[in-house]
Amino acid sequence: MASFERTFCLQVPSSTENLALIREFVSAIGEQAGFDENETARLALAVDEACTNVIEHAYNNEATHEVTVRVTVDEDEIVFEVIDRGKGFDPTRTPMLPVEELIRQRRSGGLGLRLIRNIMDDVQYRMIPGEMNELKMVKKRRPGGGTSPAPAPPR
Amino acid sequence: MTRSFSITTRNDGPVRVLALKGYLDAHTAPQFETAVGEELQAGHSRLVVDCSELDYISSAGLGVFMIYIDEARQAGGDIKIAAVRPKVYQVFDVLGFPALFDIQPTVEEAVARFGQQPGKD
Repeated sequence: MASFERTFCLQVPSSTENLALIREFVSAIGEQAGFDENETARLALAVDEACTNVIEHAYNNEATHEVTVRVTVDEDEIVFEVIDRGKGFDPTRTPMLPVEELIRQRRSGGLGLRLIRNIMDDVQYRMIPGEMNELKMVKKRRPGGGTSPAPAPPR
Repeated sequence: MTRSFSITTRNDGPVRVLALKGYLDAHTAPQFETAVGEELQAGHSRLVVDCSELDYISSAGLGVFMIYIDEARQAGGDIKIAAVRPKVYQVFDVLGFPALFDIQPTVEEAVARFGQQPGKD
């Protein structure tokens, strides 16, 4: 059992307009939890992707619902739970087509989950019918902080 | 809270340069999609997307490149990506964009590539 644990919660209307607010929320907690700037930006991206999926798929872009982001931080990891009460949409079941194939089909679905999986150490979806859906994403702390260096853009 | 996003379009010889500024997410991606769609509709298939002032991109923004790239290349042009900041570049990189898109360090180099080769096959 970790010696300390802190939980933060944000609930916003299900509009893409609030994605910026969600990212700010995640970034602030990531920074406070000691993740570096690069890592914090990646965490914010993963949560943005999860919330975008909820808004677009669970709620069909209806802004009248709510998305909840719950973040729990302890000594070992940071856990994000994205919760909705819309129609169940399990993003982990989205087929992972190669990007070339998506281009051929003029589709971009599934990219968000690919980013989430790349960023997080564990991703799980849980649906309680009639009650709630939850995407749980876990990021372990690395000893010494930080992760592998970002790839450099072409120079 | 609304984080800004804007697109400025200019000509560089026969090439259209779309300069993106700010945050490109699911909220702002439709604006980018419309802009690229209008360029292609107008017969401008040689496009350079200047990312030097782009602070953030999510998959919704990346999707716009994916939706239009074939159309631009089939019309004899391309959508080249230029001057991507490191934080944004890592998102392109995770999804394998460097193998599929022509990504150049500067707008000038991206524009010049159209002189060397009409499109990337």
